[in-house]
Amino acid sequence: MKDGIISIENLKVQLGGASILDIPSFSISEGEFMSLIGPNGSGKSTLLLVLNCLLKPVAGVLKYRGRVVSSRDESFQYRRRVSMVFQEPLLFDTTVYRNVASGLKIRGVGREETRERVTRYLKWFNIEHLAHRSARKLSGGEAQRTSLARAFAMEPEVIFLDEPFSALDPPTRHAISDDLNSIVQETGITTVMVTHDQSEALRMSDRIAVMNSGGIVQVGVPSHVMNNPANEFVANFVGMDTILEGKVLRMQDGMATVRVDEVEIDAVGEALPGDSVYCCVRPENVVIELTNPDDLTSARNNFPAVVRDIFSVGPFLKISLDCGFAITSFVTREAFAVLDLREGMNVFVSFKATAVHLIRTNN
Amino acid sequence: MKHLNKIVFSLTALAFVAIAAFVASPASAAPKMKTIILATTTSTQDSGLLDELLPVFEKSTGYFVKTISVGSGQAMKMGEKGEADVLLVHSPDAEKKFVEEGFGVNRRLVMHNDFIILGPASDPAKIKGEKSAKEALKKIAAANALFMSRGDNSGTHALEKKLWKATGLKYEGNKWYQQTGLGMGQTLSVAAEKKGYTIADRGTYLSVKKNLGLDILVEGDASLLNIYHVIEVNPAKWPKVNAAGAKAFADFMVAKKTQAIIKTFGVKKFGAPLFFPDAGKDPKTLGL
Amino acid sequence: MDLILEGLITAFKLLMALDPEVLSITWLSLKVSGIATLISVGIGISCGMIVALTRFPGKKFVVSVVNTGMGLPPVVVGLFVTVFLWRNGPFGFLDILYTPTAIIIAQAVIATPIVMGISIAALQNLPAKMRLQILSLGATRMQMVMILVKEARLPLMAAVMAGFGGVISEVGASIMVGGNIKGYSRVLTTATVMETGKGEFATAFALSIILLLLVFIVNYLFTLIQQRERPR
Repeated sequence: MKDGIISIENLKVQLGGASILDIPSFSISEGEFMSLIGPNGSGKSTLLLVLNCLLKPVAGVLKYRGRVVSSRDESFQYRRRVSMVFQEPLLFDTTVYRNVASGLKIRGVGREETRERVTRYLKWFNIEHLAHRSARKLSGGEAQRTSLARAFAMEPEVIFLDEPFSALDPPTRHAISDDLNSIVQETGITTVMVTHDQSEALRMSDRIAVMNSGGIVQVGVPSHVMNNPANEFVANFVGMDTILEGKVLRMQDGMATVRVDEVEIDAVGEALPGDSVYCCVRPENVVIELTNPDDLTSARNNFPAVVRDIFSVGPFLKISLDCGFAITSFVTREAFAVLDLREGMNVFVSFKATAVHLIRTNN
Repeated sequence: MKHLNKIVFSLTALAFVAIAAFVASPASAAPKMKTIILATTTSTQDSGLLDELLPVFEKSTGYFVKTISVGSGQAMKMGEKGEADVLLVHSPDAEKKFVEEGFGVNRRLVMHNDFIILGPASDPAKIKGEKSAKEALKKIAAANALFMSRGDNSGTHALEKKLWKATGLKYEGNKWYQQTGLGMGQTLSVAAEKKGYTIADRGTYLSVKKNLGLDILVEGDASLLNIYHVIEVNPAKWPKVNAAGAKAFADFMVAKKTQAIIKTFGVKKFGAPLFFPDAGKDPKTLGL
Repeated sequence: MDLILEGLITAFKLLMALDPEVLSITWLSLKVSGIATLISVGIGISCGMIVALTRFPGKKFVVSVVNTGMGLPPVVVGLFVTVFLWRNGPFGFLDILYTPTAIIIAQAVIATPIVMGISIAALQNLPAKMRLQILSLGATRMQMVMILVKEARLPLMAAVMAGFGGVISEVGASIMVGGNIKGYSRVLTTATVMETGKGEFATAFALSIILLLLVFIVNYLFTLIQQRERPR
């Protein structure tokens, strides 16, 4: 992943003497959907501003298609090839139509083409009917759709999104992110999104970057980052859901059977045979037994496993196991004492089909 | 909202054009040598005499006279600072000092009118017909009758103070002695409103008489004479003054033709002349 | 009461007769205050933008100076301008004391902090990230500034109205630096004071009414524009 469409090297950003960002290298490939996740204050939004050339770093370079972007004019030209959407819609005090057209107008696009594009994107974001509504009279969701339409209408090469859905209620959020997702898929546009919602990141991204204290701690495909956290921080941050990539073999009575590597997992959920899915299992729902529970429990998913790692996490102990795929379980201290678990031990893990959370992916 | 942008731009452009035009226009850029700053008193200005005389002067000489009407005190201060070219004032004692200290030259007598003591028709202090202004004031003080002073260092105020001084009485600080700090016309209105006594120049009184409600109670005393002089500011002290212009104006004020205009000024409107021309006369003949 | 009536009648008569002196005084008032307002808008909004939108040391101090300037007594301004412009002052060579130009200068000095102070507040009231959003749309510096001004147009128009209102009604400085010279630097306010001083209350009243009418008409026009801009 040498240079990608955008890359940065030795990036340092400071504010008032304090170091906000310190990233030796980072790149984004053309056409990919990259999510940036991390705790508050980790520098995600700052990084986005740097990538958009809206913030000048104290050191380091930004490269676009391999060429350095540094001078005033180069920054300006670069900014006209990309666009950004913020958490607040930041619309102008005029109609929706004019808002969506504003970026095109700034960039000097002709009248005919503007009209064509604005109409198209109003439709794509399902806000056609609001074209002549004043921006002041929009709901949160409608306003954010307008902001997105404005950014997309410019047909940028890269689009940056800074927590675009954080301020919206869940149903609105889902609706809009679905629309966004389909448009991104359709246009193949390179997308960089900062989000707090990990399932959103999971669902939409090709790669996830985890940030902490101004640095990028891990970059990789979602399942890899989630299942193979680089360190304790990432592990704790992404949550310890086991995430398994697989394909749906069949659906029956509301139950999907998913092939994950060599094994089959039963999960309750909605999917169609042939769908690519992620199966997520929360560690609390993974039960460890010393003997084969096949006959004893109602869990549909039982596998023999080997104990790999044992970590202490507050009142629990986190056990990483290998049953052909990586799986994580939480046990209480009492249970741990009873089971007398040790690394390398052979045990059985089981989890109910209802405990498996299915997420359909884009592939 | 493209229209708004256009409005903003055109307004700004208009502003610059307006400024340029304004600065370049003849009215505002009256050439240095052609402008005279005349410092005079409010009573002179308010009488309307200058409105009559100045156009004549300006037409024949081409000068543009900027009349700044303030109290005599301020007028002379302006002269002292060289901020005026010529003065037309009526505060003889202060004027003499002004000339003695070298600020003014060519002090020439122009005209006079007189002051009168006015009061309500009811005349509580019983001063009507009194021949001596000094005595009248004494009576006012004795009766604790309300007296309005201009209190603004004007020529009128200076004369009033001089009269009080002559009575030897303490007048300031008493409840019946009030100072307005206002011009003559306004002070008259206040006096009329409060039914008090006051001293005013006849010119102003005549021009506001219409609805005033104050009567002339004492007049004719020599000490009530109000004498106007024209003084040129000394160019030796202040090289920047328009000495030629000042002289031209002063010459004009004492010229025969001008004096004739002064003689008849106000007759048609008020039934009596407001000023009496005195140019060239010996001051002693006026009883000074 | 009959004074007011008399004043109204006099005002009516003067206007109907198109009394040339009254007309020229009115026109001069409008011209002088109009130009002063335009100057103050030009300086006030542009400097206001710079102060509102850039970060620099001492910014709080500058803003409080501007806010103090908003309450600057016009008479004080008049005094200072006089001292600067009189013959023996630093700008005496310009020879503009007792001219309408001097009144324009004094009024511009009075109005500029008003316009600037309100402009700063108006621009700072825009969402903090708005500037970044506009830049991300690919705007040049100039485009960004124009858009921000457009976004803040309602309060900015109020700033202009406040500036104009402050100077059209100003009298202390106008007398001091203008000299109230007949047919030359006499404006409605200074003429009103003079007539009052002469005791000519009816005329003074008439002039006041004309001034009020003038101010009302101008403000009405501005308000129409301002309120028309409100999106439905």
